[in-house]
Amino acid sequence: MSSDPAIQFRHVTKEYHVENAVLGGLKNLVLHLPTQIRAMRARKPFCALQDLSLEIAQGESLSVIGRNGAGKSTLLGLIAGVLRPSAGTVVTRGRICPLLELGAGFHADLTGRENIVLNGILLGLTRREVLARLDEIIDFSGLAQFVDRPLRTYSSGMTARLGFSVAVHLSPNILLVDEALAVGDLEFQQKCLARMQQFRSDAVTMVFVSHDMESVARVSDRVAWMDGGRLREIGPPQQVIEHYHAFVHPTVAAA
Amino acid sequence: MDACSQLIENTPPGARSAAGWQWPSREQLIYYRDLLAVLVAKEFKVRYKSTVIGYAWSLMHPLAFALVFFVLFKIVMRFDLPAYSLFLIGGLFPWHWISNTVTSANFAFLGNSSLIKKVRFHRATLVLASVLNELVHFAISIPIVVGFMIYYGRYPTVSWFWWLPALVVMQFAMTFGLALLIATVNLFFRDLERLSTIIMHLLFYVTPVIYPYEKLPPNFRWVLMADPFAPLVLCWQGLFYRGSVPGEFAALAALWALVCCLVGYRVYQALVWRFAEIV
Ligand SMILES: Nc1ncnc2c1ncn2[C@@H]1O[C@H](COP(=O)(O)OP(=O)(O)O)[C@@H](O)[C@H]1O
Ligand SMILES: [Mg+2]
Repeated sequence: MSSDPAIQFRHVTKEYHVENAVLGGLKNLVLHLPTQIRAMRARKPFCALQDLSLEIAQGESLSVIGRNGAGKSTLLGLIAGVLRPSAGTVVTRGRICPLLELGAGFHADLTGRENIVLNGILLGLTRREVLARLDEIIDFSGLAQFVDRPLRTYSSGMTARLGFSVAVHLSPNILLVDEALAVGDLEFQQKCLARMQQFRSDAVTMVFVSHDMESVARVSDRVAWMDGGRLREIGPPQQVIEHYHAFVHPTVAAA
Repeated sequence: MDACSQLIENTPPGARSAAGWQWPSREQLIYYRDLLAVLVAKEFKVRYKSTVIGYAWSLMHPLAFALVFFVLFKIVMRFDLPAYSLFLIGGLFPWHWISNTVTSANFAFLGNSSLIKKVRFHRATLVLASVLNELVHFAISIPIVVGFMIYYGRYPTVSWFWWLPALVVMQFAMTFGLALLIATVNLFFRDLERLSTIIMHLLFYVTPVIYPYEKLPPNFRWVLMADPFAPLVLCWQGLFYRGSVPGEFAALAALWALVCCLVGYRVYQALVWRFAEIV
Protein backbone atom coordinates (compact mmCIF):
# COMPACT_ATOMS: atom_id res chain seq x y z
CA MET A 1 0.00 0.00 0.00
CA SER A 2 1.31 3.38 -0.93
CA SER A 3 1.86 6.11 1.61
CA ASP A 4 -0.09 8.71 -0.33
CA PRO A 5 -3.02 10.03 1.69
CA ALA A 6 -6.38 8.61 0.64
CA ILE A 7 -8.03 12.02 0.79
CA GLN A 8 -6.36 15.37 0.45
CA PHE A 9 -7.93 18.83 0.72
CA ARG A 10 -5.67 21.56 -0.64
CA HIS A 11 -6.92 25.02 0.30
CA VAL A 12 -10.48 24.14 -0.54
CA THR A 13 -13.17 26.78 -0.53
CA LYS A 14 -16.78 26.03 -1.32
CA GLU A 15 -19.30 28.73 -2.03
CA TYR A 16 -22.98 28.25 -2.72
CA HIS A 17 -24.83 30.60 -4.99
CA VAL A 18 -28.32 30.86 -3.66
CA GLU A 19 -30.59 31.95 -6.46
CA ASN A 20 -34.06 32.27 -5.08
CA ALA A 21 -34.79 34.43 -8.08
CA VAL A 22 -34.05 31.58 -10.42
CA LEU A 23 -35.91 29.00 -8.37
CA GLY A 24 -38.93 31.32 -8.53
CA GLY A 25 -39.41 30.04 -12.06
CA LEU A 26 -39.25 31.20 -15.63
CA LYS A 27 -42.53 33.08 -15.35
CA ASN A 28 -41.22 35.19 -12.49
CA LEU A 29 -37.95 35.81 -14.26
CA VAL A 30 -39.60 37.02 -17.42
CA LEU A 31 -42.28 39.10 -15.72
CA HIS A 32 -39.85 40.89 -13.39
CA LEU A 33 -36.71 40.75 -15.48
CA PRO A 34 -34.92 43.94 -14.35
CA THR A 35 -35.49 43.41 -10.62
CA GLN A 36 -34.60 39.75 -10.89
CA ILE A 37 -31.33 40.48 -12.64
CA ARG A 38 -30.45 43.15 -10.10
CA ALA A 39 -31.23 40.73 -7.27
CA MET A 40 -29.00 38.10 -8.86
CA ARG A 41 -26.13 40.53 -9.24
CA ALA A 42 -26.43 41.83 -5.70
CA ARG A 43 -26.54 38.43 -4.04
CA LYS A 44 -23.26 37.33 -2.52
CA PRO A 45 -22.37 33.65 -2.58
CA PHE A 46 -22.54 31.86 0.74
CA CYS A 47 -19.25 30.44 1.90
CA ALA A 48 -19.75 26.96 3.35
CA LEU A 49 -16.08 25.91 3.51
CA GLN A 50 -13.21 28.32 3.86
CA ASP A 51 -9.69 27.56 2.77
CA LEU A 52 -9.72 24.09 4.26
CA SER A 53 -6.62 21.92 4.10
CA LEU A 54 -6.74 18.40 5.43
CA GLU A 55 -5.12 15.03 4.83
CA ILE A 56 -6.65 11.69 5.66
CA ALA A 57 -4.25 8.77 5.51
CA GLN A 58 -5.06 5.44 3.90
CA GLY A 59 -6.87 3.27 6.40
CA GLU A 60 -7.49 6.14 8.77
CA SER A 61 -10.90 6.69 10.21
CA LEU A 62 -11.88 10.29 10.77
CA SER A 63 -15.02 11.52 12.46
CA VAL A 64 -16.39 14.95 11.72
CA ILE A 65 -18.43 16.71 14.39
CA GLY A 66 -19.93 20.17 14.66
CA ARG A 67 -23.31 21.80 14.80
CA ASN A 68 -25.83 21.88 11.96
CA GLY A 69 -24.69 24.02 9.07
CA ALA A 70 -21.02 23.76 9.99
CA GLY A 71 -20.20 22.34 6.56
CA LYS A 72 -19.88 18.64 7.33
CA SER A 73 -22.12 17.44 4.51
CA THR A 74 -20.41 19.83 2.14
CA LEU A 75 -17.10 18.25 3.07
CA LEU A 76 -18.41 14.77 2.31
CA GLY A 77 -20.01 15.94 -0.94
CA LEU A 78 -16.66 17.26 -2.10
CA ILE A 79 -14.96 13.96 -1.29
CA ALA A 80 -17.69 12.02 -3.07
CA GLY A 81 -17.20 14.28 -6.08
CA VAL A 82 -20.84 15.35 -6.36
CA LEU A 83 -19.94 18.91 -5.43
CA ARG A 84 -17.17 20.90 -7.08
CA PRO A 85 -14.94 23.21 -5.05
CA SER A 86 -14.98 26.93 -5.77
CA ALA A 87 -11.23 27.02 -5.23
CA GLY A 88 -8.60 24.49 -4.32
CA THR A 89 -8.40 20.78 -5.07
CA VAL A 90 -9.71 17.63 -3.44
CA VAL A 91 -7.71 14.54 -4.32
CA THR A 92 -9.03 11.06 -3.59
CA ARG A 93 -7.44 7.70 -4.16
CA GLY A 94 -9.60 4.61 -4.35
CA ARG A 95 -13.16 3.45 -4.80
CA ILE A 96 -15.53 5.64 -2.84
CA CYS A 97 -18.75 4.44 -1.32
CA PRO A 98 -20.89 7.40 -0.35
CA LEU A 99 -23.57 6.91 2.25
CA LEU A 100 -24.58 10.52 2.27
CA GLU A 101 -28.27 10.17 2.51
CA LEU A 102 -30.66 7.54 3.68
CA GLY A 103 -31.93 5.23 0.99
CA ALA A 104 -30.76 7.52 -1.77
CA GLY A 105 -31.54 6.05 -5.14
CA PHE A 106 -34.11 3.66 -3.76
CA HIS A 107 -37.44 3.47 -5.47
CA ALA A 108 -40.61 3.02 -3.47
CA ASP A 109 -42.38 0.88 -6.06
CA LEU A 110 -39.58 -1.64 -6.45
CA THR A 111 -39.12 -4.52 -4.05
CA GLY A 112 -36.27 -4.63 -1.58
CA ARG A 113 -34.44 -7.13 -3.74
CA GLU A 114 -34.80 -5.03 -6.90
CA ASN A 115 -33.65 -2.01 -4.97
CA ILE A 116 -30.54 -3.81 -3.82
CA VAL A 117 -29.59 -4.58 -7.41
CA LEU A 118 -30.40 -1.04 -8.55
CA ASN A 119 -28.50 0.55 -5.68
CA GLY A 120 -25.51 -1.76 -5.97
CA ILE A 121 -25.07 -0.91 -9.63
CA LEU A 122 -25.62 2.78 -9.01
CA LEU A 123 -22.89 2.68 -6.41
CA GLY A 124 -20.43 1.20 -8.82
CA LEU A 125 -20.72 -2.58 -8.84
CA THR A 126 -21.35 -4.50 -12.02
CA ARG A 127 -24.55 -6.48 -12.27
CA ARG A 128 -22.67 -9.71 -11.85
CA GLU A 129 -20.95 -8.52 -8.69
CA VAL A 130 -24.25 -7.44 -7.14
CA LEU A 131 -25.94 -10.74 -7.90
CA ALA A 132 -23.00 -12.61 -6.40
CA ARG A 133 -23.37 -10.68 -3.15
CA LEU A 134 -27.16 -10.55 -3.08
CA ASP A 135 -27.69 -13.26 -0.46
CA GLU A 136 -25.00 -11.86 1.76
CA ILE A 137 -26.55 -8.39 1.57
CA ILE A 138 -30.04 -9.64 2.39
CA ASP A 139 -28.62 -11.67 5.24
CA PHE A 140 -26.79 -8.69 6.71
CA SER A 141 -29.87 -6.47 6.51
CA GLY A 142 -31.89 -9.02 8.46
CA LEU A 143 -34.86 -8.26 6.21
CA ALA A 144 -35.11 -11.64 4.50
CA GLN A 145 -38.86 -11.94 5.02
CA PHE A 146 -39.60 -8.46 3.65
CA VAL A 147 -37.22 -8.41 0.76
CA ASP A 148 -39.80 -9.21 -1.92
CA ARG A 149 -42.21 -6.53 -0.82
CA PRO A 150 -42.20 -3.06 -2.34
CA LEU A 151 -40.07 -0.54 -0.51
CA ARG A 152 -42.99 1.73 0.24
CA THR A 153 -44.11 -0.81 2.86
CA TYR A 154 -40.80 -0.40 4.74
CA SER A 155 -40.27 1.81 7.75
CA SER A 156 -37.52 4.40 7.53
CA GLY A 157 -35.36 2.28 9.81
CA MET A 158 -35.78 -0.70 7.51
CA THR A 159 -34.87 1.42 4.52
CA ALA A 160 -31.74 2.54 6.34
CA ARG A 161 -30.85 -1.06 7.05
CA LEU A 162 -31.14 -1.95 3.41
CA GLY A 163 -29.08 1.07 2.35
CA PHE A 164 -26.33 0.38 4.81
CA SER A 165 -26.26 -3.31 3.94
CA VAL A 166 -25.70 -2.54 0.28
CA ALA A 167 -23.05 0.04 1.08
CA VAL A 168 -20.94 -2.19 3.30
CA HIS A 169 -20.85 -4.91 0.67
CA LEU A 170 -19.32 -2.73 -2.01
CA SER A 171 -15.78 -3.35 -0.78
CA PRO A 172 -14.98 0.34 -0.89
CA ASN A 173 -11.57 1.87 -0.24
CA ILE A 174 -13.18 4.99 1.12
CA LEU A 175 -16.44 4.92 3.03
CA LEU A 176 -18.37 8.12 3.66
CA VAL A 177 -21.15 8.04 6.25
CA ASP A 178 -23.33 11.07 6.91
CA GLU A 179 -25.60 10.82 9.92
CA ALA A 180 -27.11 7.80 8.25
CA LEU A 181 -27.16 5.40 11.14
CA ALA A 182 -29.20 7.36 13.61
CA VAL A 183 -32.54 5.92 12.52
CA GLY A 184 -31.78 2.21 12.75
CA ASP A 185 -32.77 0.34 15.91
CA LEU A 186 -30.22 -0.33 18.61
CA GLU A 187 -29.40 -3.82 17.42
CA PHE A 188 -28.70 -2.64 13.88
CA GLN A 189 -26.66 0.33 15.07
CA GLN A 190 -24.46 -2.07 17.02
CA LYS A 191 -24.13 -4.23 13.93
CA CYS A 192 -23.11 -1.23 11.85
CA LEU A 193 -20.55 -0.12 14.40
CA ALA A 194 -19.13 -3.63 14.51
CA ARG A 195 -18.92 -3.61 10.75
CA MET A 196 -17.16 -0.27 10.81
CA GLN A 197 -14.67 -1.64 13.31
CA GLN A 198 -14.00 -4.43 10.85
CA PHE A 199 -13.51 -1.91 8.06
CA ARG A 200 -10.98 -0.23 10.29
CA SER A 201 -8.98 -3.37 10.66
CA ASP A 202 -9.29 -3.93 6.90
CA ALA A 203 -7.66 -0.51 6.39
CA VAL A 204 -10.68 1.08 4.73
CA THR A 205 -10.49 4.85 4.94
CA MET A 206 -13.59 6.21 6.67
CA VAL A 207 -15.09 9.64 7.10
CA PHE A 208 -17.94 9.53 9.52
CA VAL A 209 -20.28 12.39 10.36
CA SER A 210 -22.24 11.83 13.54
CA HIS A 211 -23.73 13.55 16.53
CA ASP A 212 -23.43 10.46 18.67
CA MET A 213 -20.17 11.08 20.54
CA GLU A 214 -20.10 7.58 21.94
CA SER A 215 -19.88 5.95 18.53
CA VAL A 216 -17.53 8.69 17.34
CA ALA A 217 -15.15 7.81 20.14
CA ARG A 218 -15.45 4.13 19.31
CA VAL A 219 -14.77 4.13 15.58
CA SER A 220 -12.38 6.98 14.91
CA ASP A 221 -8.62 7.52 14.97
CA ARG A 222 -8.99 11.27 14.78
CA VAL A 223 -11.85 13.70 15.20
CA ALA A 224 -12.33 16.92 13.26
CA TRP A 225 -14.48 19.62 14.79
CA MET A 226 -15.93 21.98 12.23
CA ASP A 227 -17.47 25.33 12.90
CA GLY A 228 -18.70 27.91 10.41
CA GLY A 229 -16.95 26.32 7.46
CA ARG A 230 -13.56 26.04 9.16
CA LEU A 231 -11.69 23.32 10.95
CA ARG A 232 -11.78 24.39 14.54
CA GLU A 233 -9.79 21.53 15.92
CA ILE A 234 -8.51 18.20 14.73
CA GLY A 235 -6.86 15.60 16.93
CA PRO A 236 -7.33 12.59 19.20
CA PRO A 237 -11.01 11.71 19.81
CA GLN A 238 -11.11 12.18 23.60
CA GLN A 239 -9.52 15.59 23.50
CA VAL A 240 -11.59 17.07 20.67
CA ILE A 241 -14.86 15.65 22.00
CA GLU A 242 -14.09 17.12 25.40
CA HIS A 243 -13.44 20.56 23.95
CA TYR A 244 -16.55 20.31 21.83
CA HIS A 245 -18.64 19.40 24.86
CA ALA A 246 -17.16 22.25 26.83
CA PHE A 247 -18.07 24.57 23.96
CA VAL A 248 -21.63 23.31 23.57
CA HIS A 249 -22.43 23.08 27.30
CA PRO A 250 -20.18 25.66 28.95
CA THR A 251 -22.12 25.49 32.23
CA VAL A 252 -21.96 21.71 32.46
CA ALA A 253 -18.22 21.77 31.99
CA ALA A 254 -17.81 24.48 34.59
CA ALA A 255 -19.94 22.61 37.13
CA MET B 1 -11.38 -4.46 -9.07
CA ASP B 2 -8.20 -2.48 -8.91
CA ALA B 3 -9.63 0.68 -7.51
CA CYS B 4 -6.80 1.72 -5.23
CA SER B 5 -4.94 3.27 -8.08
CA GLN B 6 -8.02 5.24 -9.03
CA LEU B 7 -6.97 8.82 -8.51
CA ILE B 8 -9.60 11.51 -8.79
CA GLU B 9 -8.96 15.22 -8.64
CA ASN B 10 -11.96 17.35 -7.81
CA THR B 11 -11.19 20.83 -9.07
CA PRO B 12 -13.25 23.99 -9.59
CA PRO B 13 -15.39 23.93 -12.75
CA GLY B 14 -13.42 25.23 -15.67
CA ALA B 15 -10.05 24.28 -14.18
CA ARG B 16 -8.23 21.76 -16.30
CA SER B 17 -7.44 18.56 -14.48
CA ALA B 18 -3.80 17.54 -14.45
CA ALA B 19 -4.80 14.07 -15.59
CA GLY B 20 -6.33 15.47 -18.79
CA TRP B 21 -8.77 13.65 -21.04
CA GLN B 22 -8.83 9.89 -20.70
CA TRP B 23 -10.60 7.22 -22.67
CA PRO B 24 -13.13 5.33 -20.59
CA SER B 25 -11.71 2.13 -19.21
CA ARG B 26 -13.28 -1.28 -19.73
CA GLU B 27 -14.62 -1.21 -16.17
CA GLN B 28 -16.27 2.12 -16.82
CA LEU B 29 -17.88 0.88 -20.01
CA ILE B 30 -19.30 -2.13 -18.19
CA TYR B 31 -20.47 0.12 -15.38
CA TYR B 32 -22.38 2.41 -17.75
CA ARG B 33 -23.81 -0.51 -19.69
CA ASP B 34 -25.15 -2.06 -16.50
CA LEU B 35 -26.30 1.30 -15.21
CA LEU B 36 -28.29 2.01 -18.38
CA ALA B 37 -29.80 -1.46 -18.33
CA VAL B 38 -30.86 -1.17 -14.72
CA LEU B 39 -32.30 2.33 -15.19
CA VAL B 40 -34.34 1.31 -18.22
CA ALA B 41 -35.53 -1.80 -16.39
CA LYS B 42 -36.50 0.34 -13.42
CA GLU B 43 -38.59 2.60 -15.61
CA PHE B 44 -40.27 -0.42 -17.11
CA LYS B 45 -41.03 -1.95 -13.72
CA VAL B 46 -42.23 1.24 -12.12
CA ARG B 47 -44.37 2.39 -15.01
CA TYR B 48 -45.84 -0.86 -16.15
CA LYS B 49 -45.46 -3.10 -13.14
CA SER B 50 -43.45 -5.42 -15.38
CA THR B 51 -46.43 -6.39 -17.49
CA VAL B 52 -46.54 -6.55 -21.26
CA ILE B 53 -50.13 -5.34 -20.97
CA GLY B 54 -48.67 -2.22 -19.40
CA TYR B 55 -46.73 -1.54 -22.56
CA ALA B 56 -49.88 -2.07 -24.57
CA TRP B 57 -51.48 0.73 -22.58
CA SER B 58 -48.90 3.14 -23.88
CA LEU B 59 -49.96 2.25 -27.44
CA MET B 60 -53.57 3.01 -26.61
CA HIS B 61 -52.92 6.69 -26.21
CA PRO B 62 -51.90 7.49 -29.81
CA LEU B 63 -54.49 5.06 -31.11
CA ALA B 64 -57.24 6.80 -29.15
CA PHE B 65 -56.04 10.12 -30.51
CA ALA B 66 -56.13 8.70 -34.02
CA LEU B 67 -59.69 7.54 -33.48
CA VAL B 68 -60.80 10.96 -32.26
CA PHE B 69 -59.27 12.79 -35.21
CA PHE B 70 -60.57 10.19 -37.64
CA VAL B 71 -64.11 10.66 -36.43
CA LEU B 72 -63.72 14.42 -36.35
CA PHE B 73 -62.16 14.98 -39.75
CA LYS B 74 -63.25 12.03 -41.83
CA ILE B 75 -66.78 11.48 -40.58
CA VAL B 76 -67.86 14.87 -39.27
CA MET B 77 -65.92 17.29 -41.47
CA ARG B 78 -65.79 14.95 -44.56
CA PHE B 79 -62.07 15.47 -45.14
CA ASP B 80 -61.26 13.62 -48.41
CA LEU B 81 -57.77 12.22 -47.79
CA PRO B 82 -57.42 8.57 -48.87
CA ALA B 83 -56.35 6.13 -46.14
CA TYR B 84 -56.67 8.92 -43.59
CA SER B 85 -56.42 6.55 -40.62
CA LEU B 86 -53.03 5.35 -41.88
CA PHE B 87 -51.95 8.96 -42.35
CA LEU B 88 -52.99 9.69 -38.78
CA ILE B 89 -51.22 6.86 -37.00
CA GLY B 90 -48.14 7.26 -39.22
CA GLY B 91 -47.75 10.75 -37.78
CA LEU B 92 -49.14 10.24 -34.30
CA PHE B 93 -46.77 7.49 -33.18
CA PRO B 94 -43.63 9.50 -33.99
CA TRP B 95 -45.24 12.56 -32.46
CA HIS B 96 -45.97 10.72 -29.25
CA TRP B 97 -42.38 9.60 -29.10
CA ILE B 98 -41.33 13.24 -29.19
CA SER B 99 -43.91 14.54 -26.76
CA ASN B 100 -43.49 11.67 -24.27
CA THR B 101 -39.76 12.28 -24.27
CA VAL B 102 -40.24 15.95 -23.55
CA THR B 103 -42.66 15.20 -20.74
CA SER B 104 -40.49 12.60 -19.04
CA ALA B 105 -37.35 14.69 -19.56
CA ASN B 106 -38.67 17.21 -17.05
CA PHE B 107 -38.16 14.66 -14.31
CA ALA B 108 -35.07 12.87 -15.56
CA PHE B 109 -32.87 14.82 -13.13
CA LEU B 110 -35.44 16.24 -10.76
CA GLY B 111 -36.90 12.81 -10.05
CA ASN B 112 -33.47 11.37 -9.27
CA SER B 113 -32.36 14.08 -6.88
CA SER B 114 -31.19 11.68 -4.19
CA LEU B 115 -28.89 9.94 -6.66
CA ILE B 116 -27.46 13.15 -8.00
CA LYS B 117 -26.70 14.36 -4.50
CA LYS B 118 -25.00 11.14 -3.60
CA VAL B 119 -23.21 9.40 -6.41
CA ARG B 120 -20.69 10.64 -8.92
CA PHE B 121 -21.55 9.45 -12.43
CA HIS B 122 -22.34 10.96 -15.79
CA ARG B 123 -25.74 12.44 -15.14
CA ALA B 124 -26.65 12.35 -18.81
CA THR B 125 -27.11 8.59 -18.28
CA LEU B 126 -30.42 9.35 -16.59
CA VAL B 127 -31.66 11.20 -19.66
CA LEU B 128 -30.30 8.57 -22.00
CA ALA B 129 -32.21 5.87 -20.10
CA SER B 130 -35.45 7.78 -20.37
CA VAL B 131 -34.99 8.46 -24.09
CA LEU B 132 -34.12 4.79 -24.69
CA ASN B 133 -37.29 3.80 -22.95
CA GLU B 134 -39.36 5.96 -25.27
CA LEU B 135 -37.48 4.47 -28.22
CA VAL B 136 -38.58 1.00 -27.15
CA HIS B 137 -42.17 2.24 -27.09
CA PHE B 138 -41.86 3.56 -30.56
CA ALA B 139 -40.24 0.39 -31.85
CA ILE B 140 -43.16 -1.74 -30.73
CA SER B 141 -45.59 0.61 -32.42
CA ILE B 142 -44.03 0.06 -35.84
CA PRO B 143 -45.72 -3.35 -36.39
CA ILE B 144 -49.07 -1.67 -35.78
CA VAL B 145 -48.37 0.95 -38.41
CA VAL B 146 -47.27 -1.75 -40.83
CA GLY B 147 -50.51 -3.62 -40.08
CA PHE B 148 -52.48 -0.55 -41.11
CA MET B 149 -50.36 -0.22 -44.27
CA ILE B 150 -51.09 -3.78 -45.28
CA TYR B 151 -54.78 -3.19 -44.65
CA TYR B 152 -54.65 -0.40 -47.22
CA GLY B 153 -52.69 -2.56 -49.63
CA ARG B 154 -49.35 -0.79 -49.13
CA TYR B 155 -46.12 -2.52 -48.28
CA PRO B 156 -42.74 -1.52 -46.87
CA THR B 157 -40.25 -1.02 -49.67
CA VAL B 158 -36.55 -1.79 -49.90
CA SER B 159 -35.75 1.82 -49.02
CA TRP B 160 -36.99 1.07 -45.49
CA PHE B 161 -33.67 -0.67 -44.90
CA TRP B 162 -31.86 2.62 -44.80
CA TRP B 163 -34.63 5.14 -44.15
CA LEU B 164 -36.01 3.47 -41.04
CA PRO B 165 -32.66 3.38 -39.17
CA ALA B 166 -31.77 6.84 -40.47
CA LEU B 167 -35.00 8.38 -39.20
CA VAL B 168 -34.73 6.55 -35.87
CA VAL B 169 -31.18 7.84 -35.41
CA MET B 170 -32.21 11.38 -36.31
CA GLN B 171 -35.17 11.34 -34.00
CA PHE B 172 -33.10 9.74 -31.25
CA ALA B 173 -30.46 12.44 -31.55
CA MET B 174 -33.06 15.17 -31.58
CA THR B 175 -35.02 13.87 -28.59
CA PHE B 176 -31.84 13.20 -26.63
CA GLY B 177 -30.55 16.73 -27.11
CA LEU B 178 -33.92 18.21 -26.34
CA ALA B 179 -34.41 16.02 -23.29
CA LEU B 180 -30.96 16.95 -21.99
CA LEU B 181 -31.81 20.63 -22.39
CA ILE B 182 -35.21 20.35 -20.73
CA ALA B 183 -34.03 18.12 -17.89
CA THR B 184 -31.23 20.58 -17.13
CA VAL B 185 -33.19 23.79 -17.39
CA ASN B 186 -36.07 22.37 -15.36
CA LEU B 187 -33.71 22.04 -12.38
CA PHE B 188 -33.13 25.76 -12.40
CA PHE B 189 -36.59 26.90 -13.51
CA ARG B 190 -39.06 24.52 -12.01
CA ASP B 191 -42.02 25.86 -13.95
CA LEU B 192 -40.52 24.79 -17.26
CA GLU B 193 -42.58 21.65 -16.99
CA ARG B 194 -45.84 23.57 -17.34
CA LEU B 195 -44.46 25.74 -20.06
CA SER B 196 -43.18 22.79 -22.08
CA THR B 197 -46.57 21.07 -21.81
CA ILE B 198 -48.24 24.13 -23.29
CA ILE B 199 -45.64 24.52 -26.02
CA MET B 200 -45.91 20.87 -27.03
CA HIS B 201 -49.66 21.25 -27.19
CA LEU B 202 -49.35 24.22 -29.54
CA LEU B 203 -46.69 22.55 -31.65
CA PHE B 204 -48.91 19.53 -32.09
CA TYR B 205 -51.30 21.62 -34.17
CA VAL B 206 -48.57 23.66 -35.84
CA THR B 207 -46.79 20.51 -36.98
CA PRO B 208 -48.65 18.80 -39.82
CA VAL B 209 -49.47 15.66 -37.85
CA ILE B 210 -53.22 15.44 -38.38
CA TYR B 211 -53.41 17.31 -41.68
CA PRO B 212 -51.23 17.03 -44.80
CA TYR B 213 -48.76 19.89 -45.10
CA GLU B 214 -50.09 20.77 -48.57
CA LYS B 215 -53.16 22.15 -46.81
CA LEU B 216 -51.05 24.88 -45.23
CA PRO B 217 -51.65 28.19 -47.03
CA PRO B 218 -48.48 29.17 -48.93
CA ASN B 219 -47.80 32.14 -46.67
CA PHE B 220 -47.65 29.75 -43.71
CA ARG B 221 -45.18 27.33 -45.28
CA TRP B 222 -42.29 28.89 -43.34
CA VAL B 223 -43.68 27.12 -40.30
CA LEU B 224 -42.28 23.88 -41.73
CA MET B 225 -38.80 25.35 -41.47
CA ALA B 226 -39.20 26.98 -38.08
CA ASP B 227 -40.79 24.06 -36.28
CA PRO B 228 -38.03 21.58 -35.37
CA PHE B 229 -40.42 18.65 -35.40
CA ALA B 230 -42.15 19.31 -38.71
CA PRO B 231 -39.46 17.95 -41.08
CA LEU B 232 -39.11 14.77 -39.07
CA VAL B 233 -42.85 14.14 -38.94
CA LEU B 234 -43.05 14.75 -42.68
CA CYS B 235 -40.32 12.16 -43.18
CA TRP B 236 -42.20 9.59 -41.12
CA GLN B 237 -45.39 10.29 -43.07
CA GLY B 238 -43.35 9.90 -46.24
CA LEU B 239 -42.14 6.51 -45.08
CA PHE B 240 -45.44 5.17 -43.75
CA TYR B 241 -47.98 6.90 -45.96
CA ARG B 242 -46.70 8.54 -49.12
CA GLY B 243 -44.28 5.79 -50.05
CA SER B 244 -41.14 7.92 -50.30
CA VAL B 245 -39.18 10.08 -47.89
CA PRO B 246 -38.74 13.69 -49.05
CA GLY B 247 -34.98 14.26 -49.26
CA GLU B 248 -35.02 17.99 -48.51
CA PHE B 249 -37.06 17.46 -45.35
CA ALA B 250 -34.75 14.64 -44.29
CA ALA B 251 -31.79 16.99 -44.61
CA LEU B 252 -33.62 19.63 -42.62
CA ALA B 253 -34.52 17.09 -39.95
CA ALA B 254 -30.89 16.03 -39.68
CA LEU B 255 -29.89 19.67 -39.27
CA TRP B 256 -32.44 20.19 -36.51
CA ALA B 257 -31.29 17.01 -34.79
CA LEU B 258 -27.72 18.28 -34.82
CA VAL B 259 -28.77 21.67 -33.47
CA CYS B 260 -30.81 20.09 -30.65
CA CYS B 261 -27.93 17.80 -29.73
CA LEU B 262 -25.36 20.59 -29.66
CA VAL B 263 -27.50 23.05 -27.74
CA GLY B 264 -28.68 20.42 -25.26
CA TYR B 265 -25.18 19.13 -24.64
CA ARG B 266 -23.63 22.58 -24.24
CA VAL B 267 -26.24 23.70 -21.74
CA TYR B 268 -25.89 20.45 -19.82
CA GLN B 269 -22.09 20.70 -19.82
CA ALA B 270 -22.17 24.25 -18.55
CA LEU B 271 -24.50 23.53 -15.65
CA VAL B 272 -23.92 19.91 -14.69
CA TRP B 273 -21.48 20.72 -11.87
CA ARG B 274 -24.22 22.57 -10.02
CA PHE B 275 -26.84 19.82 -10.16
CA ALA B 276 -26.11 18.45 -6.69
CA GLU B 277 -26.46 21.91 -5.18
CA ILE B 278 -29.75 22.76 -6.74
CA VAL B 279 -31.86 19.60 -6.84
N1 LIG C 1 -27.14 23.32 -1.93
C1 LIG C 1 -26.95 24.36 -1.11
N2 LIG C 1 -27.24 25.60 -1.52
C2 LIG C 1 -27.03 26.66 -0.72
N3 LIG C 1 -26.53 26.58 0.52
C3 LIG C 1 -26.22 25.37 0.99
C4 LIG C 1 -26.41 24.20 0.22
N4 LIG C 1 -26.01 23.13 0.95
C5 LIG C 1 -25.59 23.62 2.13
N5 LIG C 1 -25.71 24.96 2.17
C6 LIG C 1 -25.32 25.82 3.29
O1 LIG C 1 -23.99 25.55 3.63
C7 LIG C 1 -23.83 25.43 5.02
C8 LIG C 1 -23.22 24.10 5.37
O2 LIG C 1 -24.14 23.11 5.10
P1 LIG C 1 -23.87 21.56 5.40
O3 LIG C 1 -22.57 21.20 4.81
O4 LIG C 1 -25.06 20.79 4.93
O5 LIG C 1 -23.78 21.53 6.99
P2 LIG C 1 -23.85 20.31 7.99
O6 LIG C 1 -23.88 19.05 7.23
O7 LIG C 1 -22.64 20.47 8.83
O8 LIG C 1 -25.08 20.51 8.82
C9 LIG C 1 -25.20 25.65 5.63
O9 LIG C 1 -25.25 26.97 6.13
C10 LIG C 1 -26.15 25.49 4.50
O10 LIG C 1 -27.22 26.40 4.63
MG1 LIG D 1 -25.35 17.55 7.13
